[in-house]
Amino acid sequence: MTDPEQPEQPEQPGRSGSPAPSPAPHRVRVTSPRVHAGRPRAHSVTSEIDAQTELGAVYIRSLVRSQLRLAGLVLALLAVVVGGLPLLFVLVPAVRETRLLGVPLPWVLLGAVVYPVLVGLGWFYVRQAERHERAFAELVDS
Amino acid sequence: MSPLAGVVAVGLVSVATLAIGAFGLRVSRTTSDFYVASRSVGPLMNASAIGGEYLSAASFLGVAGLVLARGVDMLWYPVGWTAGYLVLLVLVAAPLRRSGAYTLPDFAQLRVESLRARRVAGLLVGLIGVLYLIPQFQGAGITLRTLTGAPTWLGAALVAVVVLVNVLFGGMRSITLAQAFQYWLKLVALLVPAFFLLVVTHGRTAQAVGRLDARAWVEPLSGEHALYLTYSLILATFLGTMGLPHVVVRFYTNRDGRAARRTTVAVLALLSCFYLLPTVYGVLGRAYTPDLVDSGRTDSVVLELPGRVLGGPAGDLLTALVGAGAFAAFLSTSSGLMVSVAGVISQDLLGGRLEGVRAFRWATVLAAAVTLGITLASSGLAVAHAVELAFAVAASTFCPLLLLGIWWRGLTAAGAIAGLVVGGVTSISAVALAMLGVSGGGWTAAVLAQPAACTVPLAFATMVGVSLLTRQQLPVHLARTMVRLHTPEHLSLDRGPFHPEQVTARRRRRPLTDV
Repeated sequence: MTDPEQPEQPEQPGRSGSPAPSPAPHRVRVTSPRVHAGRPRAHSVTSEIDAQTELGAVYIRSLVRSQLRLAGLVLALLAVVVGGLPLLFVLVPAVRETRLLGVPLPWVLLGAVVYPVLVGLGWFYVRQAERHERAFAELVDS
Repeated sequence: MSPLAGVVAVGLVSVATLAIGAFGLRVSRTTSDFYVASRSVGPLMNASAIGGEYLSAASFLGVAGLVLARGVDMLWYPVGWTAGYLVLLVLVAAPLRRSGAYTLPDFAQLRVESLRARRVAGLLVGLIGVLYLIPQFQGAGITLRTLTGAPTWLGAALVAVVVLVNVLFGGMRSITLAQAFQYWLKLVALLVPAFFLLVVTHGRTAQAVGRLDARAWVEPLSGEHALYLTYSLILATFLGTMGLPHVVVRFYTNRDGRAARRTTVAVLALLSCFYLLPTVYGVLGRAYTPDLVDSGRTDSVVLELPGRVLGGPAGDLLTALVGAGAFAAFLSTSSGLMVSVAGVISQDLLGGRLEGVRAFRWATVLAAAVTLGITLASSGLAVAHAVELAFAVAASTFCPLLLLGIWWRGLTAAGAIAGLVVGGVTSISAVALAMLGVSGGGWTAAVLAQPAACTVPLAFATMVGVSLLTRQQLPVHLARTMVRLHTPEHLSLDRGPFHPEQVTARRRRRPLTDV
């Protein structure tokens, strides 16, 4: 990463050729072109992404991976908890005959219990996904 | 029961829908209002509208009918239709909103940058839309027959006309309002009669409840190939929801990706409340109207129960209420489907010849006429099953396109087209054979009845395989598209040049990415 305090630091190979204009020039220095490497860090990650450098791609990939991992977790829970019910009914015949307050257990599970589980999973996902995005935004936009 | 209450109920719902449409007409002035309600729709309103649009004839009439006829295994239909939204939320909601795509063909074009892929997607939207519209019209016929004794074609024609008028003159803004209203109407229309039915039947046990003890009906997975059928149904409904044309359009009315997620959770909650009710009707139907099973009219159990159990003026009143709810279901789902199908037809088929709103209106007339024609010509499957076949086609085509397009960088135009074609042709063939009554025996029958478990993996495999074979031809703007799909809108990033505006300049005035 380029340190904003040291504008003279040589350019990193990954971002050469990214011609992002330096914003709000408070002081104009007439020196060698290497000065462009000294943009404030606040803009560097977005310009890395815009310039499609290796580094920018790594940022995007890490965001996509973290969201995909979260999605995988929620879907795995869905597959086991809800998708596992037919297998449970087949493999454990006792479940089919159990009654809860006179109502057969499969009816209770499929007719009512499943729904709060689905809403709960959705709520959990939204919280986590927004957390990932906040972390990414802080990284990029701090 | 007297037909008068039914006529009044259906009339009121139709008039209310048109009135709200007319109100929306005054609000929507520009083309952009007409299509997407200018994105000025709040989250609860939007969630109610999605719920109102989604809860179709299949949910309102079909589920109770299937539960009455076939028991506990049929509870997977409403579970799947709700869980489909969870899968949609987790994998598709925010990226789809962020893509800026208004329709599935828009998304195809954005992601794989191919006009051919766009056209294939457009064709599939039309097919799925009509497939989903047919049971709505059919349900309207059944309802009007049950309420008033009118011939079935009359109900279908009535729904077609009301939807046509509403969509033609209101556009999206009016149907957003109308649909939010219709969710709550549908909930009340099932909730209130269910309450009275449970109160009246409480304690009336004996012989009626004895009918509930049929083993094959009470216990899960007792039929032939039951495990395959159940899992195939789960696959179709869990994965098919995201590929329904009228569902996707709704996401565009959210402000941003984050709002799209939150709206989807609200939808999950609204659907969960609603789907507790059809089961009650199915079970009560088994106890009090078992003759419907023998006469093959199980789809009308929701409408028959109040009259049969309560009788008298109270029964008439509640029947009228249920009838009103049923009509709300047909009108809202049909309106939503009609808007999305007409949007695609007007853009991809009539686009060059007619302009803007005029093309959209002609496309609406065309879609309504075609659907009405097929509905009247076909004898019809059980309503919920016909809808489920539309889910199977959506799961075999648009589900792989969306999932691979959003999460896998390797998807190419050739792969997308090949997958859409293979998934579409196989699933639609199975549906067509099922509708023509060809069933075969044993495993063939099972696969034709629930094709998803075979066609979905096939479509995924084709899309991945062909993409790998053509991996040198990745879309030019792939990296920017990925940035667009996955980063929050408030970050100022280059999201690539795709503007559906360029494709459909007549449609929107506003920029797509609010950076």
